[in-house]
Amino acid sequence: MKFTLFHLMPYADLDLAATKDYATSWLQTPNTFYDAEKGAALYDRYLGELERGEELGFDGIAVNEHHSTAYGMMPSPIVTASALARRTKTVTIAILGSALPLRDHPLTLAEEHAMIDTITRGRLITGMVRGIGAEYHVWGVNPAFSHERFHEAHDLIIQAWTEPGISSFHGKHYNHEYVNVWPRPYQKPHPPIWVPSQGSRETIEWAAHPKRRYVYLQTFSPIKSVQKYLKMYRDQCERYGYTCRDDQLGWAVPIYVAETDEIARKEAKVHYENFRNRFLKMPIEMLLPPGYSSIESMKGVAATKAQIVGDITAELSIDMGMFICGSPETVRQKLELCWKEMRFEHLLSMLQFGTLPADLTAKSMDLFAHQVMPKLRAAAQASALAAE
Amino acid sequence: MAALTKAVVEISGCKTTLRRGGPQGQSAPTLLYLHGAGGSGNVLRFAEQLAERFDVILPDHPGFGESDLPGWLDNIHDAAYFYLDLLKHLNLRDVHVVGSSLGGWIAMEIAVRSTERIKSLVLSGAAGLNSKVARRGDIFMWEPSQRIRNMIVDQSLADKILSIKPTDEQAAIAVKNEFATARLAWEPRFFDPHLHKWLHRIDVPVQIVWGDADKVFPLPFGEQLQRHLPGSALTVIPKCGHLPHVEQADRFKAIITGFIDSLVGRGAAA
Repeated sequence: MKFTLFHLMPYADLDLAATKDYATSWLQTPNTFYDAEKGAALYDRYLGELERGEELGFDGIAVNEHHSTAYGMMPSPIVTASALARRTKTVTIAILGSALPLRDHPLTLAEEHAMIDTITRGRLITGMVRGIGAEYHVWGVNPAFSHERFHEAHDLIIQAWTEPGISSFHGKHYNHEYVNVWPRPYQKPHPPIWVPSQGSRETIEWAAHPKRRYVYLQTFSPIKSVQKYLKMYRDQCERYGYTCRDDQLGWAVPIYVAETDEIARKEAKVHYENFRNRFLKMPIEMLLPPGYSSIESMKGVAATKAQIVGDITAELSIDMGMFICGSPETVRQKLELCWKEMRFEHLLSMLQFGTLPADLTAKSMDLFAHQVMPKLRAAAQASALAAE
Repeated sequence: MAALTKAVVEISGCKTTLRRGGPQGQSAPTLLYLHGAGGSGNVLRFAEQLAERFDVILPDHPGFGESDLPGWLDNIHDAAYFYLDLLKHLNLRDVHVVGSSLGGWIAMEIAVRSTERIKSLVLSGAAGLNSKVARRGDIFMWEPSQRIRNMIVDQSLADKILSIKPTDEQAAIAVKNEFATARLAWEPRFFDPHLHKWLHRIDVPVQIVWGDADKVFPLPFGEQLQRHLPGSALTVIPKCGHLPHVEQADRFKAIITGFIDSLVGRGAAA
């Protein structure tokens, strides 16, 4: 089992009272509510938290990309990953991911990821995503072509990384007379590719394909969805005629650890609910712009609309397995149970979320790293030995 | 009111649903109605009224309503070439094209390519141009009931429309229309940055119609369009939003009828 410390870098100093009447923190909340000094302090703090992940024994650290939102201050994960590249020595750095279709020149991603991979001597993990629906409003890229652009950009990047010398690429959305990227990636043939998703059959069929076998990450979802989609990936591998390795699967989940269950729930509640119900929430029109998802999947949307855009309490989220919260022992038990059932190699813990302040984040990180992680590693090792 | 009859024809490899009705024969002018982003559903009643006077053809655009979504439909130009094929396929001549909103944009994209089979254009709240002075409404950001409220001035009419629950079939078509609209108009948002360069090629009479309270394309869009089409007339309908055919049908019908009658009269005298 491998542990990755995943950070969203929210603008936690958002004036929640003053912005409460905006339907969403995405795009519609004006950036006049952003303060440069507070932003600078938050970047310093968050980058420090990720750097501390290495000292605490995490295998990796992870950043991601979102635009025009207090939900995350990383419109370019290239910048945060670059800032971390020289401040860390051993951890993998995962960009989860770069939103390929948003780029008009995805060849720049082939260059930027290759640079970070080289600077870190092969510690980069390349995540490839389409970006969430809101990004298509912010960025203007047509959601109707999101899938096409994703696949084309992926093919272009892989070609740039694997075809030696000078080649050309001609697609419907991207055209390059010359593809000849300097530097080439440090890892051969290229950095591992991870595909974070909220769950979609098309994505799973694509990622699991024997040609690719990309790591599939189920992001922040009820445990039932995590089970459903990780199983869908495994089943898809079988249909392709091979057995899924555990290290093709991962799960990203917010976690909070404190001295006791009661303290954990009490301390985390407001900060988690700010994350879920203030920073993350958006209207359906922004979440699912036309063409972003298949027309079939839109049919059930009206029925589940309340569940998607409504508020969820911390308690309900804990019950639904969207949020792991409690004493070190409770958190260990829950995660071990999930791991035994789903056998995901990669656990991506989001140990800061919403407005969770520095002191509580540090406490939870320490407890997780010292009292949860070693026991889970031991359990996974024992299980591997037993299997031999 | 004259009923329209539904037919399915295959044009450019696309199974296309169209409705046609009204007087046929040489004396009846043919009117091709190009619907807006909301689809042909909200046009049908108005088209039936027009069919009292005209040979009305109301197609579902490729990708919309009951027409197929063809693999080649990527942008507004594809829609324009499709309609040039349709005019040829149906062997239509001297056609009066009426376009609402997105349909008005398609009408212009057709006409800059060829007016060979076109006699005139009526453009209602037409998309197609950007404006530096006015900001368009973002229909993709409006939730469905807000969208109707923003498109109609008379809120009691909006209440009435919103009180009717769509059938499953209508709901499915609404999603389909939304998807097709995004393909054509998401980016750039409801305009073609190159269209204005070629609007001078439209060498047939043009009547522009605009609601004075249009929140999707506020009136400055209509005034700008009129400046780009020398010789065109702009008629502003008071107390009217983005859908004159829904909200001010009688007034809009009178404008269309008067405009076409004046042209046909001119044609007969020649």
